[in-house]
Amino acid sequence: MTDMLLRRALFSGLIGGMAGLHVSLVGMVGTFQSRDLIADVVTVGTIMPMLIAILVGWQAGGPLRSAGLVPGPRDALALGAIAGAAVGLILAALAFLIVTFDINGILANARPALAEILQFGQGPLVGSVILILGLGLFGALGATLHLVPAALARAVTIGGVVTIIVALMEPFLGAVLRNVNLDLIEEFLYASGGLTPVGFVLVFALTAGGVYAWARRGGEVRERVAALPPERRRIGKLIWFAALGALLLLLPQIVGQRLSEVLGTVGLYVLLGLGLNIVVGFAGLLDLGYVAFYAVGAYTTAVLTSPASPAFSPELPFWGALPFVIVAAAFIGLLVGAPVLRLRGDYLAIVTLGFGEIAREIFKSAWAQPVTGGAQGILSIPAPLPFENDPQSIYYPILFFCILAAVAATSLASSRVGRAWNAMREDESVAEATGVNTTNYKLLAFGLGAAFGCVSGALFASKIGVIFADSFNILVSINALALIILGGMGNIAGVVVGALVLVGLPEFLREFAEYRLLIYGAVLVAMMLLRPEGLLPNRTRRAELHEQDDIDDQYEEEAGGGTARPVVT
Amino acid sequence: MPGRRFRLDLVTIFLWLLGGGLVLLAVVGSFLTLTQGRISPASWQNLIIAGVALGSVYALIALGYTLVYGILFMINFAHGEVFMWGAFTAFFAATALDDAGVMDSSPLVAFALVLATAMLVSMLVAILLERIAYRPLRGAPRLVPLITAIGASLFLQYTARGFYGSGVRAYPSYGLFDGNLQIGPIRMSVEELVVIGSAVGLMIALYFFINRTRTGRAMRAVSEDKDVAAMMGINVDRIIVTTFAIGGLLAGAAGILYTLLFNQVNFFMGFLPGIKAFTAAVLGGIGNIVGAVLGGLLLGVLEQVGPNLFLSGYGIPSPNQLQDVIAFSVLVLVLIFRPSGFLGRKEGV
Repeated sequence: MTDMLLRRALFSGLIGGMAGLHVSLVGMVGTFQSRDLIADVVTVGTIMPMLIAILVGWQAGGPLRSAGLVPGPRDALALGAIAGAAVGLILAALAFLIVTFDINGILANARPALAEILQFGQGPLVGSVILILGLGLFGALGATLHLVPAALARAVTIGGVVTIIVALMEPFLGAVLRNVNLDLIEEFLYASGGLTPVGFVLVFALTAGGVYAWARRGGEVRERVAALPPERRRIGKLIWFAALGALLLLLPQIVGQRLSEVLGTVGLYVLLGLGLNIVVGFAGLLDLGYVAFYAVGAYTTAVLTSPASPAFSPELPFWGALPFVIVAAAFIGLLVGAPVLRLRGDYLAIVTLGFGEIAREIFKSAWAQPVTGGAQGILSIPAPLPFENDPQSIYYPILFFCILAAVAATSLASSRVGRAWNAMREDESVAEATGVNTTNYKLLAFGLGAAFGCVSGALFASKIGVIFADSFNILVSINALALIILGGMGNIAGVVVGALVLVGLPEFLREFAEYRLLIYGAVLVAMMLLRPEGLLPNRTRRAELHEQDDIDDQYEEEAGGGTARPVVT
Repeated sequence: MPGRRFRLDLVTIFLWLLGGGLVLLAVVGSFLTLTQGRISPASWQNLIIAGVALGSVYALIALGYTLVYGILFMINFAHGEVFMWGAFTAFFAATALDDAGVMDSSPLVAFALVLATAMLVSMLVAILLERIAYRPLRGAPRLVPLITAIGASLFLQYTARGFYGSGVRAYPSYGLFDGNLQIGPIRMSVEELVVIGSAVGLMIALYFFINRTRTGRAMRAVSEDKDVAAMMGINVDRIIVTTFAIGGLLAGAAGILYTLLFNQVNFFMGFLPGIKAFTAAVLGGIGNIVGAVLGGLLLGVLEQVGPNLFLSGYGIPSPNQLQDVIAFSVLVLVLIFRPSGFLGRKEGV
């Protein structure tokens, strides 16, 4: 075992320890202690340090690329154990500190309860020993992932992650299962907010087995599909689309009232994401004041439709107000777009952020009160559909506009306009030199983005029925930005996935809600550092962002003369 | 393309109308306010001094933006959080000193200790930020570090919330700094004097650091041309870290001065001062150190005086609610009419 490997193991352990300190002191460990992962066996709070140890052990036991070192099996296990134990040591020190000194006055979460969790309720001495040895063991476990065949390691990892997610989703999946009268399965899988031990093993075995089987046989299946005649494939695709459509239409009935509400919110954010995606993802203009459009849409609808709007209330129906919303969108898009036309990326971001704040403050001020209701907001906004305003029926107009927006965005992306935006995003001067009228295309992007944002705001107003200026704060813009970045910029499926993960999940994982923005921040940084193209990347986008890697790969190949592999672009 | 020129002109005309309209509104409003004489000369004076005090805080934060921008050409969006972390952490030092009675027995020592704590913490946060979030992304497409910065900003904000709690905490006061002073015709509170004095002291120190020391010279060289500086044997990475560290020190000091003016801290306090300080940096010409100071002072005064001067003449109720609107409108106006700021190089933005 060389010094370098050892040093890396200790360093990984240190980083992991810092991460452990962070999640403990921020309060996540304590909050998640109330959630069972496996009913009455282990809580989510307890497994957090273990997961960190596994990750750190995996990192420490792997090959060290920069020096070309690969630790042998026994060394890898030892390194993983060392890294995991280092995490344990740091957390044990924290628990000790909490018990001995009173630091609760400064760090709000450094409570004796936290120390008790970290020491497994076994008292300082025994607890610390268990913690250090236990995390060492988990570190070694992480390192074993390098020792088993890659396909197996992959299957186990994915199985583990999926099982944890299934356990965390209990409030959602449980409600869905009960709603469609599958109580039997629900009782079999879940108990007291987590998976039952049998359910845990079953879910893990099914996912891991499935992934492993796919890794061995998946190629054949894919080949057989590819060998099908084209018309059969087209029929397959059609069936696929029909099933998806039917699912989307039936979704509110499947998930029930409470979750339809969440679905509606997700839909609003899908719409926001699609609009922001045009501005940021297609045209490359980082707009941080997107909430301004959302607010203008919501207020236009509220003023025009609500009988309670203060100064002026024509009491139009939702669909009658919609044309005015579009006009307002065009106007606000121009108002925000024109001043920032000549600004480069980062200036644009801050100026638009300023616009977002200006909009909120004006809507809220006493000066605008006669129109917007000021701090009191506007009440009793009618629903878009003539019958009762329940979350299951408001879902349909939202779905309608989402599909409309998705179709519009997809066709724009592959049109002449989309290509002009691409060119502009990559290099404005070159785009201009090749005859792209950047002024017009920028204004078009802002206008379309504003239209999507305003429609989303209009739906928001009529869904919620009441609006206040403070609902339109910077966090709406940040949410929308985070979801398109998580999903993959410039990609529509990515927007949907991003909205489901970032907006949908926290809505029913109440424990998460408190740490939502902390997690957003971490997601934004981690995505930019590790996978800037997002979870579901757009193919060209990915190629652009990894241009440098490909060039590096080429160099390596030329220099090393190793097995040449084709450069995918 | 024949139609092209015309369309571009339309946009220009629209912008000039927008900008001209805003300026006209401000001028007419000031005229109305002044002729109505609702606000006494003494209150104008108070507003201006409060503006200068607030402006010197903005100036200190703005220096951090400008220094980093001068070297990396990126906006450290999380700089407001650096400011918040220093002030929030030093709160615990201040309460500890208060409990020990140092605040009353020797307030200057207490102030120095609190200031030092805040500056050190902010410096540490700024260095970590550079090391973890920005350095790996140097040379990435422009939007990438900006998005990282937004993420880092959220992360720092909500980490502070988790660590220290979400409530607003009231800073203990230094016995000596209460009360008012009469300097010639000018009347100001001792706190305002301390704020302005400390800010000026720090700015002078920064000036000497940049213009008279070896490291300062290296910083200037790196901001001129990174590659050539590296060839001259300057460790560019180290200079960049130093720049972040200096920005952090100034932001930490600004945090403490801010608490002198407003007496409270919470996890969200970095957001608005952060954006306003950025506005100040743009106002003066980003990358320009003197510009950041002037921009900060100007913005502080505009923010205090502006709502009363421009808006109260129209009979708008509670114009101070629109303080931030004025600050951001200034930003928009500057970017329309003079995007490189007052003292910026004329390369355009």
